[in-house]
Amino acid sequence: MSNTTTDVAVCPECEGSVAVADVERGEIVQCPDCGAELEVTNTDPVTLQLAPEEEEDWGE
Amino acid sequence: MKIGVLISRIRIEEKLIIRAAEARGCEVLRINDRDLVFDLERPDFPDVEIVLDRSMVHSRAEYTLRLLESWGIPAVNSYRATITCDNKFLTNMALVENGVPTLRTMLAYTPESALQAIERLGYPVVLKPNTGSWGRLLAKINDRDAAEAVLEHKEILGSYHHSIFYIQEYVEKPGRDIRAFVVGDRVLAASYRGSEHWITNTARGGDSQPCPITPEIEQLALGSARAVGTDIAGVDLVETPDGLKVIEINVGAEFHGLIETTDLDIPGEIVDYLVQKARSGRVVEAVGS
Repeated sequence: MSNTTTDVAVCPECEGSVAVADVERGEIVQCPDCGAELEVTNTDPVTLQLAPEEEEDWGE
Repeated sequence: MKIGVLISRIRIEEKLIIRAAEARGCEVLRINDRDLVFDLERPDFPDVEIVLDRSMVHSRAEYTLRLLESWGIPAVNSYRATITCDNKFLTNMALVENGVPTLRTMLAYTPESALQAIERLGYPVVLKPNTGSWGRLLAKINDRDAAEAVLEHKEILGSYHHSIFYIQEYVEKPGRDIRAFVVGDRVLAASYRGSEHWITNTARGGDSQPCPITPEIEQLALGSARAVGTDIAGVDLVETPDGLKVIEINVGAEFHGLIETTDLDIPGEIVDYLVQKARSGRVVEAVGS
């Protein structure tokens, strides 16, 4: 599941390139250009989507 | 051994737990709550010996754990402990009924009765949503004007559960509170969470410093875990003028702050506990409240 090589994916918000390493599906990364919170939806190749917003019943 | 980990997102904590499990030769099945589809009368769940709930979405975790309980699949934490910890009122009742010191709390159902409760406690007070985390929607109420306004806003703007007014004494804490991490019947680590702001959650920028596990912290943390029936929990304590008190108990507790304050392998301890529990097939007895 997890990916150990460095990959470059495209930010769905600003189309900037996001370098990621050792990520797995469900992990959150931040776009270095626009700062959007992105969720890894796939590895090999790594694809990203905007991470879901925090909801009222989220937490520890 | 095959372990299921119920997740919403992979945080640092989940990565460390998965890595610790794999290092111990366990096979880890990531179970993302978004993928789950349940047919209530047809037990259908991946073949795992035990499930660790690391979901960040309280409601999804609660419903899933209730199903796992019905289908005889061991899980940590239990459904009962989870619904108790996810609900400040249920937590408070469990602590009170088990003689564990906690913050004085009042409950009311209308803005008018809530105002009476607030004035009986005396300003400032803290209004909290009954379900909430990461310091969200906490309101420090310093005077009657603020009380009237916030109570009205909660009643009109919030959904029905915001009209269960949960009113707590405000404690002049020394710019910090304490997170104690409990696994089984051991306090593995504790840290101070410091902040200038009166809300000290690390989710809001509070920083973590090592905190010695004093006998008092140990007794309170273990007493709290036992009261709510958790196997693994983050217990939040506050130093008050009349001693340590429990604020709340978190299931699926984060420990990214704690890791820096201890050389104990928290993720490893979590996995060891899971393996031992799965093997012994023990079920933590029901909760007091």
